[in-house]
Amino acid sequence: MSENSMQRRNFLQLLAGVFALVLIKPINAFAAIWNKTAFEAIKLNEVSNYLNVEVEIVSQDIIIMAPEQAENGAIVQIEVTSNIANTETMAILVENNPTPLIAHFTFSNGAQSYIVTRIKMAETSDIKVLVKVGDQYFSNTKNVIVLENGCG
Amino acid sequence: MVVANMTDFNADNMKMRAQLKVDGMTEVKVLISHPMETGRKKDDFDQLIPAHFVQLLTATLNGKTVLEAQWGTGISKNPYLTFRLKGAEVGDIVSVTWHDNLGKTATQHIAVTQA
Repeated sequence: MSENSMQRRNFLQLLAGVFALVLIKPINAFAAIWNKTAFEAIKLNEVSNYLNVEVEIVSQDIIIMAPEQAENGAIVQIEVTSNIANTETMAILVENNPTPLIAHFTFSNGAQSYIVTRIKMAETSDIKVLVKVGDQYFSNTKNVIVLENGCG
Repeated sequence: MVVANMTDFNADNMKMRAQLKVDGMTEVKVLISHPMETGRKKDDFDQLIPAHFVQLLTATLNGKTVLEAQWGTGISKNPYLTFRLKGAEVGDIVSVTWHDNLGKTATQHIAVTQA
């Protein structure tokens, strides 16, 4: 190998390194806030562990509005309300998705424990909503039949 | 008005509305243009499309944080979100900022209007 091509290789490696740094830096800046382990967990109970949930109390005061049947799993609109006083956080999970944790919301300064959003469902599954109130956790589930999967 | 200096997406990539309802609640609706790629989908050449999704979304009312959201890849393409605020008044400013896993970000501000 000529010295010239060695230099070029070194230069390219350096360039790749700089690019990697530029890409990684903003991600690191928020890594502390985004709960990577919980979002990448592939089992429902692992997600609970990573969210530090020990005991979950089933509560009908968590209301999950979602279609009984979803034609297209790529877009399933859900409306979630927690009528439990002093609800601090709300997590939305889909048990049979490749990664069950979909979203985690923290409410403050007058925000109501109410969310409408659209989620992906890989197949027919329970949707679980997990709510934090002080050091207690409450949950409720709703099953949605998915006719066409949407986890592309 | 403060605008995030890292903004890669212009305001057209976000649509927002904040309406004060008769019950005193302000309903904020947000629609974001974003591919929300899971990293598990393949393109026409059988190559995996890299994950590209919004990870964090923060909403403020007159600069005070009201909602902090962490999202995974399971939020649908072009994310849609509705939330409700108590105590907001007409003319108050609601701001929403999102950040994705590739470091892209955008911010949008909107004034509360009477429904």
